[in-house]
Amino acid sequence: MLCQICKKNQATVHYTKIINGKIEELHVCEECAANNSELNFNNPFSFHNLWTGLIEGFQNSTPNKTVEKLTCPFCGLDYSQFRETGKFGCAKCYETFKDNLIPLFKGIHGHDKHVGKVPSRANKKAADERRIEKLKKRLQELIDREAFEEAAKLRDEIRQLEKSLKDNRE
Amino acid sequence: MVKWLEESGQYKDVVVSTRIRIARNLNNYRFPQRMNVQEAEKLTQEVLNAVKDMPDDINYKFFKINSLNAAERVAYIEQHLISPGLIQKPDHSSFLLRDDEKATIMINEEDHLRIQVLLSGLNFEEGWNLINKIDDFLETSLDYAYDDRFGYLTACPTNVGTGLRASAMVHIPCLSIIGHIDDMIRGFSKIGLTVRGIYGEGSQAIGDLYQISNQMTLGEDEEEIMAKLKNVIYQIINKERYVRDDLLKKRKYEIEDRIFRSYGILKYTRKISSKEAMMHLSNVRLGKEMGIIDNMEYKQIENLMIDIQPGSIQRIAKRELDDNERDIIRARHIRQSI
Repeated sequence: MLCQICKKNQATVHYTKIINGKIEELHVCEECAANNSELNFNNPFSFHNLWTGLIEGFQNSTPNKTVEKLTCPFCGLDYSQFRETGKFGCAKCYETFKDNLIPLFKGIHGHDKHVGKVPSRANKKAADERRIEKLKKRLQELIDREAFEEAAKLRDEIRQLEKSLKDNRE
Repeated sequence: MVKWLEESGQYKDVVVSTRIRIARNLNNYRFPQRMNVQEAEKLTQEVLNAVKDMPDDINYKFFKINSLNAAERVAYIEQHLISPGLIQKPDHSSFLLRDDEKATIMINEEDHLRIQVLLSGLNFEEGWNLINKIDDFLETSLDYAYDDRFGYLTACPTNVGTGLRASAMVHIPCLSIIGHIDDMIRGFSKIGLTVRGIYGEGSQAIGDLYQISNQMTLGEDEEEIMAKLKNVIYQIINKERYVRDDLLKKRKYEIEDRIFRSYGILKYTRKISSKEAMMHLSNVRLGKEMGIIDNMEYKQIENLMIDIQPGSIQRIAKRELDDNERDIIRARHIRQSI
């Protein structure tokens, strides 16, 4: 496909813009992309900058010197680098930047707590706790539906699970 | 012939394929973007050792990206067996491909491991069972990075938690004809789903093919994510089928003409671009879906959609081709296959 601007080079940059549901597509070569303010990703409102700005926005809007200097002891990534790239350097980074991550994750996912699969080796306890939480949610649904007989059964099951979890801990 | 397409799946008249991938990382290694070649090599060995005793009756073949030529790399992407991200750092990356091509374990993509399962038609259940089994097995010997609060830890915050991206590729030419695609994309984004082109993030929609996937990975468990997705896919299937019936009733000759013209072009073309070929193949597939064309199988059309892409056509020709040659060989390949 030829570049839509210069009509000479092969289009290698493919750009889709969606504004209020209206979709516009642009196929251009690298050269023309660099000259186009909309496609120039150094533009302060480019997608990349908005995305990393999101990271910034969730920490207080005033840059905090001590947070910026937080450095991961394992991979050496500091917080300002994370802010720039939007990518972690290693698993330890999560611990290092923990305090700043909860609002960020809430912004991206609308949640800040994992509720899915738990590695069986990592933690049987966590898996049980997760299961209990899920069962409790179902219990509430049953109560709301006034299915009391089923609810009573489920309540006993939850109690038993909670008890065994407690016993294991002791 | 692409192996994973051979099995016939459910709802093939709308759903081409189901893909599930999970992102996993190991403790004590930097993430791929920040690691050097030695670390990458060490991690790769560790994964290979873990895979060795997989209690699967089917073997895995190992490929290093830097031992594949440019066309082969692209051809694997075109067959959806690896992601475009895997060929960005050829010295770091490799993959294990299950012999039936239903599963790929990508090593050192954006994350240390990206496990993917690919099935024909709509089939989240089998897909999840298979990927879960592979994951459970690898976990017994690999030290996965996992946090009680945040779940599976990933290089990008958009994957943290389940690390799960589940998607279905749908062929919806009639929703496109009546102009409902934009509404669909807008509606889905409101419920946390994303619509993309056929090669994933940032890719263009071609051949009326769209990939619908979950956006969020934190706060919903895997089954909830896939149940929601499945529900939405069912709605798409029903809507597309309804519009097909309706169009066939109201605009029969227009639709038939469109399908048979495309069939004719593909049968007699001497030179054709991949974009044009995709458009006609999409119409031919619609003909099959509507029962108008009955001498072709879904897998035949889907294979052609892959074969005609730039990397695959060069692999078929067994040599490098320039644009002009590609268009000629593509036309010949299509004529011989139709």
